[in-house]
Amino acid sequence: MSNLTFDPLLLAIAAPLALALAIALGLPKRWSVRLAYAGFGVPALLALYAWWTYGARPQAHGYALLASYSTGLDGLGIRLALGLNGISLPLFVLAGLVGLAAGLYAIQSGAERLKLYLMLLLVMQGGLMGVFASVDVFFFYFFHELALIPTFIMVGIWGGRDRSYAAMKLTIYLTLGAMLSLVGLIALYVKSGANSFDLITLREVIAARPLAETVQHNVFGLLMFGFGILVSLWPFHTWAPLGYGAAPSSAAMLHAGVLKKFGLYGLIQIALPLLPAGAAHWAQVLAVLAAVGNVLVVGLITMAQRDLKQVIGYSSVMHMGYAFLGVACFSVLGAGGVVLLMVAHGLSVALLFLLATSIHHRTHTFDLTQMGGLAQKTPVLAAFFVAGTFASIGLPGFANFWGELTIFVALWKFSPVLTVVAVAGVVISAIYGLRAAARVFFGPPTEAFGIVAAAHPPADLRWNEKLPALILLAALLFIGFWPQSLSAPLNATLSAVYAPPAAAAN
Amino acid sequence: MDPTALQAIAANNDWITIFPELLLGCVALVLLALEIVLPVKYHSYLPGVALFGVLAIIPSQLISLRPGFLLEGDTFNGLLHQSHEGQVMRVFFLITAALVCLLGTVSLAKQKMPHTEFHHIVLVVTAALMLLAQSNHFVMLFVALETVTIGFYILVSYFRTSRLSLEAGLKYLVLGALSSSILLFGIVLLYGVAGNLMLPGHTGSPLNFDELAGFLAANPHNFLAGVGIVLVLSGVAFKIGAFPFQIWVPDVYQGAPTPVTAFLAVGSKAAGFVILLILVRTFSAYAWLTLPILTLMAAATLLFGNFAALTQHNVKRLIGLSGVSHAGFLLLGVIAAATVPMAFGAVYFYLFAYLIASFAVFGVMAHVAGPNDADQEISHYAGLAKERPFLALVLAIGLGSLAGIPPLAGFMGKLFVFIGVFESGHYGLLAVAVVSVVISIYYYFTWIRAAFFETWTPPANAEAVSPRPALTPVTVPLGLMLGLLAACTVLLGFYQGPLGDWLAAR
Repeated sequence: MSNLTFDPLLLAIAAPLALALAIALGLPKRWSVRLAYAGFGVPALLALYAWWTYGARPQAHGYALLASYSTGLDGLGIRLALGLNGISLPLFVLAGLVGLAAGLYAIQSGAERLKLYLMLLLVMQGGLMGVFASVDVFFFYFFHELALIPTFIMVGIWGGRDRSYAAMKLTIYLTLGAMLSLVGLIALYVKSGANSFDLITLREVIAARPLAETVQHNVFGLLMFGFGILVSLWPFHTWAPLGYGAAPSSAAMLHAGVLKKFGLYGLIQIALPLLPAGAAHWAQVLAVLAAVGNVLVVGLITMAQRDLKQVIGYSSVMHMGYAFLGVACFSVLGAGGVVLLMVAHGLSVALLFLLATSIHHRTHTFDLTQMGGLAQKTPVLAAFFVAGTFASIGLPGFANFWGELTIFVALWKFSPVLTVVAVAGVVISAIYGLRAAARVFFGPPTEAFGIVAAAHPPADLRWNEKLPALILLAALLFIGFWPQSLSAPLNATLSAVYAPPAAAAN
Repeated sequence: MDPTALQAIAANNDWITIFPELLLGCVALVLLALEIVLPVKYHSYLPGVALFGVLAIIPSQLISLRPGFLLEGDTFNGLLHQSHEGQVMRVFFLITAALVCLLGTVSLAKQKMPHTEFHHIVLVVTAALMLLAQSNHFVMLFVALETVTIGFYILVSYFRTSRLSLEAGLKYLVLGALSSSILLFGIVLLYGVAGNLMLPGHTGSPLNFDELAGFLAANPHNFLAGVGIVLVLSGVAFKIGAFPFQIWVPDVYQGAPTPVTAFLAVGSKAAGFVILLILVRTFSAYAWLTLPILTLMAAATLLFGNFAALTQHNVKRLIGLSGVSHAGFLLLGVIAAATVPMAFGAVYFYLFAYLIASFAVFGVMAHVAGPNDADQEISHYAGLAKERPFLALVLAIGLGSLAGIPPLAGFMGKLFVFIGVFESGHYGLLAVAVVSVVISIYYYFTWIRAAFFETWTPPANAEAVSPRPALTPVTVPLGLMLGLLAACTVLLGFYQGPLGDWLAAR
């Protein structure tokens, strides 16, 4: 294909990276900020454009906007292939929106060494757009790592408590997860005999000649634990609350909101369709780990937290449990629920991390026992936070509801017992979510907060904090009221990809 | 011998094929002559002459890589064998020499040591390394290897006023002599056994690799030949610092002047691997013997290098031990290359990535080092990012590449090696390699963390702790070199271009 045609996907990846480079060249701060607006705005607009025009676009091999570029490794079957299908489209849009919100929030944050901060966020943004636009499995992995490195640096430089330790732990855990999944992907590359990382080629080769059962078991195991560590599968989740607790807000938004979805996306897009026997082999283990570990144990741990950021961090680990349960169902319904939940959770957890930092600016603490009564001073902030909490619990009207509901329905067919456990988890998340909201905003102000409030009278959300929060909340409500906007293309792709081989042959 | 036979032999002496080595030798001699002829005030230009000489040879060598000019086949009656790989490695050693000369200008200036002899020896050693890469005969191999080793004896103890440098020189001398004798003993055994008229396939020229390979193929289970092969491999293992012959590495690396450490780490090690690749091909009939030995060696080297590096505080020891683990990764490539041709390319790519990243790191080390070259602690790097953002950035890119973090060149090197290892079916080795990568993150990250996340606090009692040396200002050529190395590291991670085609075609 010609390199000169307009490719919104390539532009969405290249624009943030190029603008990060431009900022690195040493422009004055005012110009850097303007470039950063463009760097976060362009991918978001392109993502919305891709979503808006997706239905009308011609598709090749189930992908719209398919294009590929050589990077000199054609001989090894590695090409930068970009395209969107129904699974990647929602996440591509998610990456654009959360990136824009995180970028806007970072610009107004007035962080120390702001230019470096924005540069790193832009690199991360470019990587994120690349992860979900890549059709080539190698570049899928590559862009993930590209987005991961800035996270480590941001935690290390701008992080809060224990930042040095947190950055180290994050790096080691995530490298382990990434290396395991890399070996799994190499195994797919070699064992399929395709000698290509191109997902379309892999699908075709494996459809023609499925992998041996033991190979599927081993490779799926590698991918499940590799991706699982990246998505904080219990008991490999301990990096997540620690890392998010220390991470600066925008980094936490982008990582918890978008980058973490890489592992689940990899399972749904790559592992499940290519390794059905492996998935069946591991489904029980995955389901039990997710239901008992992520949902119940981590849910109870979350209830015991006294630190607002830890509550959000642990709750995100817990919600990943639902997603894993959806993966374990191995059905179109379950996988669809996971994608919907990923988008919804990405938006809501980003919103909560954003608001938590805004709360911190007003209370000067994350300790829930030192707050109270903030709603009287900052009603808008309170409204946003309560809405975010409702979304996170999964009340109807928010996107999360559809994700969780779909997963529960799919899960009932798989295991009624685990469905009961999962639904009990909703109660747990309602308890800690509402309690956190109540502690922060309602009731009489604590003595400690009274002193802080007297010294620095808390003001309500400024417009430049409101705008990113509004973007996220609007998207949550939009999907909550009109889930077909995402589920229609999703359903089409999933039905094609997850079709049993016999049905495909007919 | 009658004159016509001599003439026939001489006719095969194709001097034009080794003109780069000859030119290097000439430049080296010119340096010595100039030092005598020129007045003292012009002596500061002599390193420039050396550098210019090397840089002038690189383009001519690059031309010889063009398809029309490519030299292939045996010359000098089978002493040398020109191949595409050999030509590429000649470029590799020339680049190494240029970088060592540049580093030398920084480090030598702090020591008030004579410059000319240093550059003279570097050039002679480089010429020997280049011949080594083309050797096809044990006599050629041994003579070239001894030229290299003797050059290094002098270079390692070059800072003759430093006790550690002298100690390192002595250790290198004793252990180097031991390893040379082991190598020689192995060669003699092979010579004797392959010239034995009683055995099938005996040859009149048993030191020639092609002839030897023919003999070994005819006698695949000869005990003496096996002993000889093991001894030869042991001698080579010493050069690459592979377990159990790595014991000299930390002390010698610490004591040697920084540019020499770099030369040892990159040039000497690369030469070892080029020989190893040639020898493994020659000994292919004894793969039943060599592969298990190399496999054990690789696993032990990876684990030893990484675990030993974990506890280091001196960056020169750390980089030395991390170099041991890199030797382990390269050994993986060599093992895979026995069955998977693509792994040859992987080893060469890894070497190039290692060259670029190592010199970026060594370049920064040369600037941070004080007058006592052996005393370079990790704590000296605290706050580097604030004082010298450029140096810190180059350091981070170099270390990131060594750690194998995408999107840097080192990651691609590791990826290619991993693919090769997976294809050759050494899953156990791959598991060791993955664990090693995760361990190595810890110590590389500690170093980066010191540079970026920590601030330098002068110790309370300045007497007790050795004060941090002042940073050397970055001169224009050195700045260009570091910038170029960092840019190449990033670029090679994103876009391999012709190099990718070249390695995929191996």
